[in-house]
Amino acid sequence: MINNSVWVVVLASAVTYGTPLLYAALGELLTERSGVLNLGVEGMMLIGAVMGFWAVQRTGSLLLAIVVAAVAGASMALIHAFLVITLRANQIVSGLALTIFAGAAGLSSYLGNDLNLADQPARHAFAPFLPKSWQTADVVGPILFKQSALVYASWALVVIIALYLNRTRFGLNVRAVGEAPEAADAMGINVTAYRYVHTMTGGALAGVGGACFTLWITPQWVDGITAGAGWIAIALVIFAFWRPALCLIGAYLFGAFSGIPFAFQARGILTSIPPELFQSLPYVMTIVVLVLVSSAGARRRLGAPAALGTPYVREER
Amino acid sequence: MIRIERRLAQPKWLLFAVPVGSVVVAFGLMTVVLLITHHPPLHTFSRLLSSGFGSTQSLNDTLVSTTPLIFTGLCAAVAFRMQLFNIGGEGQLYAGAILGAAAGIALGNHSGWLSVPAMIVAGAVGGAALALIPAILRAFFSTNEIITSLMLNYVGALVINYLIFDSLSYWRDTSSPTAKVFPQGKTLPDAASWPASHVGALYLPFGLLVGVVIAAIVWLLYTRTRFGFEVQVIGDSPRAASYAGMRTRRKILAVMALSGAIAGIGGASQDGDIRHLLDPRGLTAAGYGYAGIVIAALARYNPFAVCFVAFLLGGLQNAGYTLQGVDFPSGLVGVMQGLILFCALGGELLVRYRLRFARSTRSAEAAA
Repeated sequence: MINNSVWVVVLASAVTYGTPLLYAALGELLTERSGVLNLGVEGMMLIGAVMGFWAVQRTGSLLLAIVVAAVAGASMALIHAFLVITLRANQIVSGLALTIFAGAAGLSSYLGNDLNLADQPARHAFAPFLPKSWQTADVVGPILFKQSALVYASWALVVIIALYLNRTRFGLNVRAVGEAPEAADAMGINVTAYRYVHTMTGGALAGVGGACFTLWITPQWVDGITAGAGWIAIALVIFAFWRPALCLIGAYLFGAFSGIPFAFQARGILTSIPPELFQSLPYVMTIVVLVLVSSAGARRRLGAPAALGTPYVREER
Repeated sequence: MIRIERRLAQPKWLLFAVPVGSVVVAFGLMTVVLLITHHPPLHTFSRLLSSGFGSTQSLNDTLVSTTPLIFTGLCAAVAFRMQLFNIGGEGQLYAGAILGAAAGIALGNHSGWLSVPAMIVAGAVGGAALALIPAILRAFFSTNEIITSLMLNYVGALVINYLIFDSLSYWRDTSSPTAKVFPQGKTLPDAASWPASHVGALYLPFGLLVGVVIAAIVWLLYTRTRFGFEVQVIGDSPRAASYAGMRTRRKILAVMALSGAIAGIGGASQDGDIRHLLDPRGLTAAGYGYAGIVIAALARYNPFAVCFVAFLLGGLQNAGYTLQGVDFPSGLVGVMQGLILFCALGGELLVRYRLRFARSTRSAEAAA
């Protein structure tokens, strides 16, 4: 059966493991396009993961769990937004603070502990729902059809965000706020409001990305379950040159790096190679890809939003 | 109507008042978190203080927790001062611990005068070597050092786990029968134990003294030398620095190597002072590198303040270990650190800007 071949398994796991990265990266992309750098993605993902899992254990509703995860992620982003937009704090340090506050040894662990979520099997989890005959189709079945609704929703999101940024007035305004806030301000765009909304939307999507782990991939809660996915998502935005469609490709590329160790281990392939070598693949490849992209991007002038990381102070133009 | 105006001069007293105030506000916010999650705040705080600083025993434990934090705090402060965000202190500490332990084992049980300095040098080399990867990528390919240095933390954790749990490496104890079932590191020879000193009933790890000496060296380097001056200019205004002909690339490499070397010595101190073997679980669970970022920011990158703040957060971390259990959730220390850092960041506004309370803009214009 071709569906049992390693490469089909790897590609299928690329889509699976790429999906949380895709959500988080799309969120960070929106945030960064409005000129705010939020390095707290890892923390927001973990909070989304733990609160989403809590919600599904309490209510049994997956839809509600996703909403709770999004709200939890957005409220974390609100802290960052208040500090960097209103109080003009250093965006890098504030984002790091958010990761420490919410991260693997912080609030997410505190909540998981306090709500007794560890070692519980999930009451419900996302599962493939398309017709069985589609799921078992050669090659495309396992890769594209034997996936959860979260995958298809993420595809829709890529299209929506691409259209929003490039084809709507709001999207134009966001780009103006990120590239030249003083010009946007002169046009009568409320820079502060745009930055708040997009930072919080970014947080909401990071929360959903985190919930992908606890509601679908793993489905259970373990401290630090995202294992650096938030940071990979930040790298992914740079890799994608701040474009949603490229985020999709990048997410599946990095998803494959995360999925390979599991696929190989499950099949007993290359067992002579230490598992740590495979496990380090996503991290090492992130560095490699980032290096390739940063030199290529500099050459082709495909870059970050011009005002990324700088506070906008009307009095100090 | 509140107006925010930039201060022309920053009053000295605010530089102290803001960090202190932010710790106070953070405790206030923590109270809210504890109340929401149904934990008695006063009881929790009093236990936190007593098990962090309450007795000689707890002070000794706090000094043990302080030691690595001084190193990782200095590691972050040295790099952050140049706006070079090395958050790889965690991984650089592992690298230092690996090479430090190798030096300790290799030199055998001859003399502490040989083993201890060798471990310090080996730790520094390990940390610096790992830090040079993001440094070179940043200097020559302008790759974001935040992400690359952070990714190496994960790689470092995997390497150190591999050395003890998944291989028969030089560092792993393969002699005793229990070690075959429960993999653990080789115990270092006695000569590789760093000499502790006693002040009254207090026990000062040698690494603590090394850390304070390094803090003094960093202070001298950054305030009294041309190198330090250039680092500060590059940090505050890269463009001015390049117009003045300063070599930014070289500074990036030098500062990152210094930063990594300091974290690496912290790793060697873990081997020599505390653990006496290469201990992957203990090192990776502690999160010293991330706490170092909090410390550096709270200390406003001042090396001496780093030592002091490291002591305070060391007490917090030590209390967190001691108290961990049912009524003291595990993530509390991280939450507390994050809250303190948030408050310090918010408080920065008060240092740089002045808040002016005016009745309304219109009446102000009418008065003018």
